[in-house]
Amino acid sequence: MKGALVFWPPTASARAAEVDHVVIAFTVVLLCLTVPIFLFMTYCAWKYRAGRAADRSHPQARNLKIELSWMLIPFGLALIFFVWAARIYDDELHPPPNALQIDAIGRQWMWKFQHPGGQAEINDLHVPMNEPVRINLISQDVVHALYIPALRIQMDAIPGRATFLWFDADRAGKYRLYCSEFCGTDHSRMAGTLYVMEPKDYEAWLAAQGSVAGLAEQGRELFSRFGCSGCHERGSTVRAPSLAGLYGSPVPLEDGRIVTADVSYIMDKILYPDQNKIAGYKQKMPSFDGKISDSDLLRIVAFIRSIGTT
Amino acid sequence: MSELVLRDAPPPVATIGRPETYLNDGQTIRSWLFTTDHKRIGVLYLISITFFFIIGAIAAGLIRLALVVPDGSILTNDIYNKLFTLHGVIMVWFFLVPSIPNVLGNFLLPIMIGAKDVAFPRLNLLSWYIFMGAAVFELFVLIAGGVDTGWTFYTPLSTIYSNSWVIPAVLGVIVVGFSSILTGVNFITTVHTMRAPGMTWFRMPLFVWSMYATSLILVLATPVLTMAMVLLFYERAFGIGVFDPGAGGDPVMFQHLFWFYSHPVVYVMVLPGMGVMSELVTAFAYKRVFGYTFIAYSSMAIAAIGFFVWGHHMFFNGISEYSGMSFSLLSFAVAVPSAIKVYNWAATIHKGEIRLATPMLYAMGWIALFVVGGITGLFLASLGIDAHVHDTYFVVAHFHYIMVGATVLAFLGGIHYWWPKITGKMYPEFWGRVSALFMFVGFNMTFAPQFVLGYLGMPRRYHTYPPQFQFLNILSSAGATVLAAAYLFPLAYLLWSIRYGRDAPPNPWDARGLEWTIPSPPPPHNFEEVPVVDFEPYDYPNRIPEA
Ligand code: HEC
Ligand SMILES: [Cu+2]
Ligand SMILES: [Cu+2]
Repeated sequence: MKGALVFWPPTASARAAEVDHVVIAFTVVLLCLTVPIFLFMTYCAWKYRAGRAADRSHPQARNLKIELSWMLIPFGLALIFFVWAARIYDDELHPPPNALQIDAIGRQWMWKFQHPGGQAEINDLHVPMNEPVRINLISQDVVHALYIPALRIQMDAIPGRATFLWFDADRAGKYRLYCSEFCGTDHSRMAGTLYVMEPKDYEAWLAAQGSVAGLAEQGRELFSRFGCSGCHERGSTVRAPSLAGLYGSPVPLEDGRIVTADVSYIMDKILYPDQNKIAGYKQKMPSFDGKISDSDLLRIVAFIRSIGTT
Repeated sequence: MSELVLRDAPPPVATIGRPETYLNDGQTIRSWLFTTDHKRIGVLYLISITFFFIIGAIAAGLIRLALVVPDGSILTNDIYNKLFTLHGVIMVWFFLVPSIPNVLGNFLLPIMIGAKDVAFPRLNLLSWYIFMGAAVFELFVLIAGGVDTGWTFYTPLSTIYSNSWVIPAVLGVIVVGFSSILTGVNFITTVHTMRAPGMTWFRMPLFVWSMYATSLILVLATPVLTMAMVLLFYERAFGIGVFDPGAGGDPVMFQHLFWFYSHPVVYVMVLPGMGVMSELVTAFAYKRVFGYTFIAYSSMAIAAIGFFVWGHHMFFNGISEYSGMSFSLLSFAVAVPSAIKVYNWAATIHKGEIRLATPMLYAMGWIALFVVGGITGLFLASLGIDAHVHDTYFVVAHFHYIMVGATVLAFLGGIHYWWPKITGKMYPEFWGRVSALFMFVGFNMTFAPQFVLGYLGMPRRYHTYPPQFQFLNILSSAGATVLAAAYLFPLAYLLWSIRYGRDAPPNPWDARGLEWTIPSPPPPHNFEEVPVVDFEPYDYPNRIPEA
């Protein structure tokens, strides 16, 4: 997934393959309709260039038959593709009733996915292959959009409105998922990975999720007890950066430096928030120096790590 | 630009021998700032929008610079977001919308129909003042405070969540809208009431038809933008709850209102370009245009159908399936009149007497870019395909092909073609051709890779991106460098020509049309006596007369 030069996106569902077919067929037809124009114009520019002797008798200035044919034939051909593409859209809007339902919550700037058994994940999404999956989308703040290029699909997540998308992935693997609707400062970091898994691997993954109650899980609880979530989670009145995806990523600071959010940066930020002020935010975070024990600090950092991309 | 002309003009004594032109009729700054001459107002607009184009282009350059690296380490996320908002707002409202209509339209429309001026000359000047007031204010807002919502101002990001200067930015957009409306009203009235005797509707140059269609859109669509922006302002300032779901509003409502204006306004940018094309192609093919009535009516068809396709920007925000399909079908339909024009221009060249001078090179380049922009628009209008390429770089590439490719090339082609008329000077032909070629190459190098990026799945407005997209992004940024150089060329040699260029004859191209029957530059009142039109448009004889 790194560095390599690619010119065609991966294809992970039958519908994605069909979209590619429409695109290729439409491209061929449109080239047939337009390339002749360019060839004709180039030919004329040469043949009838000023000063060159050529037969210029009977130039036409109108011809109803020609006009109508180049109006209606291309339109008729294009309509085939209108219908073809509309049928794909129709399929996208009609999920099978037995689809596996996963909830997706968009917020500045992370995706939270919740599986039917309660397992939740941030920015990453695990799904079984060869099974229809329906993602129910909502947003807690602004308009976002869940976009999975390998499945050739996207849908807005809108506050106050329920939307969904569905797919039936047929190739196991890791694919990228994005937020494609501009949603503010860290829009481009609202991205993650889609894991399409063999059904048994998916079951195993679900089971493993259920049993994790380590440091990070205790940290999650401390995160709300110390009041961090009041600012760093939704509905807060203070505008504070989302901590999802923070760990390991570069942070632009107010003074122009860019630092990597490693363990020591995060600890420093909790203890001495006035150092390393972040670009784009008002520093309103209180210092927790002396108010938090070392072991609790570690748990909280472990939690922040767990919701970061690795 | 104007100042050079002023300094260059001979002292009053010598003027007596010289014909009086709109340029030497009154030499003071005051005579320019209080002019009601449509030609001078056109020149004022030319100077102002060139300035705003440069600002918008610098922002674009910085954006392309930032995208050379995938990790976003060159600019911070906040600055990046403010830059693309500035780029979009400045380019759309302060360059593209006023570009051809307010510069070439102002200068040429009255002359082309044989009138002394527009119907409301003082309103015309007021429109420029409103434009300048809004533009200077907006620029200050976007630079001093910055706005990070994108030029689309989607709610509730713009109303509740953004911490930037949304309110003043919105006010600037509201105000500049009035300038558009005044120009639109003025042009419509002028075409209806000021045509010279014999200038029937179907003897009007196709450029005038396109200006007429454009003005209709400006007058009908701009008020809807004003409404949307006023509501946005109320919502952000007072939380009235039109768009906020928490207060019973609907954020999608804003998108409907916004695109009800912003799709038709795409045609405000393209129709004038099409009008310029009809003039250039006929003049340099030295031939009557093929299918005059089809081209004229297709402008009106575009203006009309263009009002019913706004939903194609919203296929994936939960609109109903039937509205999705209707908007898709209508978007296919609106492509038909555009296709008609392209085929007609190609047919016009057939059996002509073709001169590949700079304006014609721009015209040929225009057709190529417009066709690419148009057919990629059909991909976006196709529902199943849009599911993949919506809000990706594919869209960015598509609308730059239309708006930069088509509008800017037509604008520059038109500027070259009418430069002798506007300034009375010839530009250097060799450099003109070089600039046209560079622009074509640079443009394609910048935006063609973005189609691939979009299909690969790179979302638009991304400040960081996965490393495998880096190569194409670097290619695109390299193209932007070529494009920037290509823009500087005409800026330099056109300014040079004002001082050092050859004097232009009244009709350097042997072209038809009333503007070529009067001296270059035109006298203050255009025509010595009211012209009587007893000829058909583009009545080119078969061969160019021997010089
Ligand atoms: C009063 C609101 C508030 C509270 C309570 C709060 N924070 Fe913050 N936090 C902020 C703000 C505002 C910033 C951005 C500061 C800046 O501009 O430098 C921030 C920044 C951070 C950062 C750096 C984020 C980045 O993107 O680099 C971390 C880590 C962090 N907080 C962790 C915590 C933890 C852990 C707690 C609880 C122990 C906590 N915060 C409590 C408001 C708060
Ligand atoms: Cu986003
Ligand atoms: Cu549109």
